Amino acid sequence: MRNMNPVADKAKPAGATGVARAHESASKHVSGAATYVDDIVTPHGTLHAAVGYSRIARGHIRSLDLSGVRGSEGVIAVLEVADIPGHTDIGPVFPGDPLLTSDEIKYAGQPIFVVAAETELQARRAVTKAKIDYESREPLLDVTRALKEQSFVRPSHHLQRGDEKTAIEDAPLKLSAEQHVGGQEHFYLEGQAALAVPGEDGGMLVYSSTQHPSEVQKLVAEVLDVPANRITVDMRRMGGGFGGKETQGAPWACMAALLARKTGKAVKLRLPRCDDMPMTGKRHPFYNSYEIGFDLQGRLQGAKIVVTGNCGHSPDLSDAIVDRAMFHADNAYFIPHVSVDGHRCMTNTVSHTAFRGFGGPQGMMIIERAMDDIARAVGRDPLDVRKLNLYGGEGRNLTPYHQTVEHNALPELIDELEESSDYRKRRAEITEWNKTSRVLKRGLALTPVKFGISFTMPHLNQAGALVHIYTDGSIQVNHGGTEMGQGLHTKVVQIVAEALSVSIDEIQITATRTDKVPNTSPTAASSGTDLNGQAARNAALELKKRISECIAEQKGCALESVRFESGRIYWGESASEEESMSFPEAAQFAYFHRISLSATGYYRTPKIWYDREQAKGRPFFYFANGAAVSEVVIDTLTGEYRVLGVDILHDVGRSLNPAVDLGQIEGGFIQGMGWLTTEELQWNAEGLLTSNSPANYKIPAISDTPPRFNVALFERDNEEETVYHSKAVGEPPFMLAISVWSALRDAIASLADYHVSPALDTPATPERVLKAVMETRKSAQAGGQA
Amino acid sequence: MIRFLLNDELVSLEDCSPELTVLEFLRTNKGRTGTKEGCASGDCGACTVVVAEPSGGQLRYTSLNSCITFVGTLHGKQLLTVEHLEQSGALHPVQQAMVDLHGSQCGYCTPGFIMSMFALYKSCDTPSRSDVERALAGNLCRCTGYRPIIDSALSLAGKGAKDQFSDTEVRVREQLTQIVKDAPSASLTQGDHRFYIPSTSDELASLLQAYPRAKLVAGGTDLALSVTQQLQQPEVLINTGRVAEMAEIREADDVLLIGGGVSYSNAEPLLHKHFPAFADLLERLGSLQIRNQGTIGGNIANASPIGDTPPVLLALNAKIHARSGNHCEAIPVDRFFTGYRETALPEQGFIEQIEIPLQPERELYVFKISKRLDDDISAVCAAFSLSIDGSGVVTDARLGFGGMAATPARAIKAEQALIGKPFTEEGVEAAQTALASDFSPIDDVRASGEYRLMVAQNLLLRAVLEQNNPTQEPLEVVQYA
Repeated sequence: MRNMNPVADKAKPAGATGVARAHESASKHVSGAATYVDDIVTPHGTLHAAVGYSRIARGHIRSLDLSGVRGSEGVIAVLEVADIPGHTDIGPVFPGDPLLTSDEIKYAGQPIFVVAAETELQARRAVTKAKIDYESREPLLDVTRALKEQSFVRPSHHLQRGDEKTAIEDAPLKLSAEQHVGGQEHFYLEGQAALAVPGEDGGMLVYSSTQHPSEVQKLVAEVLDVPANRITVDMRRMGGGFGGKETQGAPWACMAALLARKTGKAVKLRLPRCDDMPMTGKRHPFYNSYEIGFDLQGRLQGAKIVVTGNCGHSPDLSDAIVDRAMFHADNAYFIPHVSVDGHRCMTNTVSHTAFRGFGGPQGMMIIERAMDDIARAVGRDPLDVRKLNLYGGEGRNLTPYHQTVEHNALPELIDELEESSDYRKRRAEITEWNKTSRVLKRGLALTPVKFGISFTMPHLNQAGALVHIYTDGSIQVNHGGTEMGQGLHTKVVQIVAEALSVSIDEIQITATRTDKVPNTSPTAASSGTDLNGQAARNAALELKKRISECIAEQKGCALESVRFESGRIYWGESASEEESMSFPEAAQFAYFHRISLSATGYYRTPKIWYDREQAKGRPFFYFANGAAVSEVVIDTLTGEYRVLGVDILHDVGRSLNPAVDLGQIEGGFIQGMGWLTTEELQWNAEGLLTSNSPANYKIPAISDTPPRFNVALFERDNEEETVYHSKAVGEPPFMLAISVWSALRDAIASLADYHVSPALDTPATPERVLKAVMETRKSAQAGGQA
Repeated sequence: MIRFLLNDELVSLEDCSPELTVLEFLRTNKGRTGTKEGCASGDCGACTVVVAEPSGGQLRYTSLNSCITFVGTLHGKQLLTVEHLEQSGALHPVQQAMVDLHGSQCGYCTPGFIMSMFALYKSCDTPSRSDVERALAGNLCRCTGYRPIIDSALSLAGKGAKDQFSDTEVRVREQLTQIVKDAPSASLTQGDHRFYIPSTSDELASLLQAYPRAKLVAGGTDLALSVTQQLQQPEVLINTGRVAEMAEIREADDVLLIGGGVSYSNAEPLLHKHFPAFADLLERLGSLQIRNQGTIGGNIANASPIGDTPPVLLALNAKIHARSGNHCEAIPVDRFFTGYRETALPEQGFIEQIEIPLQPERELYVFKISKRLDDDISAVCAAFSLSIDGSGVVTDARLGFGGMAATPARAIKAEQALIGKPFTEEGVEAAQTALASDFSPIDDVRASGEYRLMVAQNLLLRAVLEQNNPTQEPLEVVQYA
């Protein structure tokens, strides 16, 4: 395995794909010159907004007295629900998300009113002067109770293949278990922010930190009651998104726009962290269970799996999120007879939302738990049980949703990682070490990832781009995707550079804007490059075709003889100065011959479909794969632990930019590790979020990065027709971190000589690890083992 | 009026809100938006800036969280932000390394990382990985997973720490020295609101007499949260950072004296010499930015039940030298914490210094339990100071705990149960049991009461195992990794 530390290859001339290139904004990031919404130079007289929100989780507003707010220093306007001219519900797919409420309260943090004042501090101070009298009811917070009461935000869904009941009954061995999987705060470093600048004809220019400019445009138009063509949303970059700005960016943009309309001034609304954490949705916590039957070797014969998402108060994107959890409840394993049920529970919290993996990680957790449990039951190394159950071989390629798994890289990938990580040798050494170490125990685990690529809502799998060539030969690129740090713009620039055989330095990528490329999909589902990269490439190829045709016609040569090479265009056989021109000369040439040098590009994903009635189809264009080996050490006195080493082999198809891909893999892994270990969301009995600041919600810090961290790309062409045969990389690596959780369970299992499979809900905080240690010791004694 | 350098620009401020933070000053007053607000609570480091001040004939560069630093504390210092590092269009070596090694993704945390890394670059020529982790543990990145950032910082080893600031160092040092010489004390005023920077203990004492309700800024890393989070507007703030008598830590006879205004970072070398376990704990207290600013005096006066130094000071039998007006008294630390966030500090009083007896014959164990290794608040903090005689019997024990009660507290019953018994697994069992009658810890966001008690009990066992560990078997995950 290569220990990758790619350095941007400055020698290679044109900006070809496949080469490590620095992030297009890297120099601006490091010098403080990169502009985020809060950094934009504001128009004269810009007002600042702050949101007043509910401090109870369920009930009604009896009376709302905002006179103190209106009279507070610097206040210019106060917005209530009655002041909204258009739609008051901004639910992205289904209704259920009132922008403001004057009556029913469904969660703590629900917006009630918004203040615009001369300064941000004045606005925030004014908010504290509201007098709100609530009639409070006991909130529904427990997902198991919600499930029992069938408190759902959307109907349940069922996948079925074969007869799992009989298969489990007939199996030599059976197990059942349940697990709670915690949610996750996005903790994008840049909080939610929007700046609305009023314009002519009731229009508005909205700078919004959003992964979905088109939806912000639509919702702003709807709340203002104007046609979409009056609203422009501009998004240059986000300071992190991770799904938390797919739907959650919209309310603040709508509020800023409404206040801008009301006051005639520009209005900025930036949530301070202490408001952002209680008011915005998080990764769904899940409650999962399985019943499985398997043979003496540990091969699954049947499984009945139930995944239940705790959706919070409204549907938001929960339908698709729980679907994705269901589509990943098999992860990489073939289950001959299987049923998967998915429920969407309504509780009185913020509405949980998209977060890297989009339900996939929560679904995978149940089958990965099953793999470890089977291994303990049959007394085998969990890796052997995992390998035994992988998709592959005759009749073992059909998923629970009846999509055939093709081009499965995992058997080979896992073998390669097992070898390069020295898994077997370390396994033996750790088992031996644990026998003599009294307090500390080490654990090791290899877990795979098979992640489906495509939006499961087929219509979202389309993208547009706009490429201009100016007469000096400089190129401007726009597309529907947004840059949140993932390197999308860098890759798109490389793709366009390669399509036109020019250097990336000739290409300027500008803010994503709804007036340049309309009707775009959110930058989500790892699809940013697959969709927008193809669209941009199509636009570039169209321009290349026009220029080629122009040259062929004017020079009287065959179209096929026109070649774009390293910033020059050749048409003769000689490859000489006389029979070629530079790219800028070609742009001039085409312009003088009245050729349009602006083109749109469009792309839609082929092959995908899903019949929800039948619960059958091909929701995914292809699968991205990877596997990770994690080693941990735990303290059996305190439950503290460290991740000692991680080896990853991840499948990115043909990498467009190995440095960017590596960054996504490492970053996704550590974020996943945080989700499963230290990041603990907590709500108190009243439904208030108590993990409401970075002082009490702990994402990984620099010293949590494992000292051994070997990441390599499993690089080979995607066999599907993706952009330059690359694969999506945003979400899949997140789930590699399940290996950390599995390794923690492995370390705990050592206390019972690996005969007990400890329950370990997540996040596996030191407290939960210590609890599992105690329970495992108890079971070991009860069973006369250890 | 206060005066400081913003890079090479001399800034004078007089009519200025006393609770103006350095971050607000930069972004709103100066329109310099390179420095970012991530949390406004000193937890994420996106707002990190570097402050240079004269120290031992040189300039010392330290990282701070600008979001919880009051602008008044800049008097006589040089403030450097991410915008100042580029020189005639060329990136600083720290910036270039982060570009070359792909250390930024979304870029929002990056200016903060750059500044922390710049402070490291100026203070450590060949940092080890643990130096890098220590310097950057207060900077959160949600995108990269940190590996490329670690590599960037390590790649700067041996670069000589030379840059444009080296060339101007002498002049800047003289300028800063002159500012303080001209105005050793200073203040800001806006309406009835004031920020005072006294330079002597007498001056501080009389200011407190004049403004009994004034809040003391002894680092202010917690106090500032009342401004940024609760939006309070304190009328009078008095900074202890320039009070000469409170600014040093020194050994005297058989005690260590720590001035009430000494930052954790400045206390670390001498604590390391006498109480290495205490110094190790400090490395896990907050982040480097917090330790550069926060003070032990402030930690004590703040009287939080989860402050990290009080349990150790309880175990070490420290005394708090308090002053009010001209009255001075030494309060034993175990009489200092009188209730939840209440202390025995006299009216209009302040902590002038902390006295810790040097008792090298005693054993000291300090343990901190938290969800995250670095920059986290303790679920439980425990400090055990023990006298063990030649036959292995405990002759005296002082057990200090944080996170177990409404105040930092000693475990008196457990101490009694230890004394006279051998310090062995069996010998501490009674003390472990006694802990349950010493404390009934509560459930909160950090841990359950049940876990806290169990861990406290197990930590006694850990101390025994560490005391009797002939094979030097690793017993703590921090040691192992």
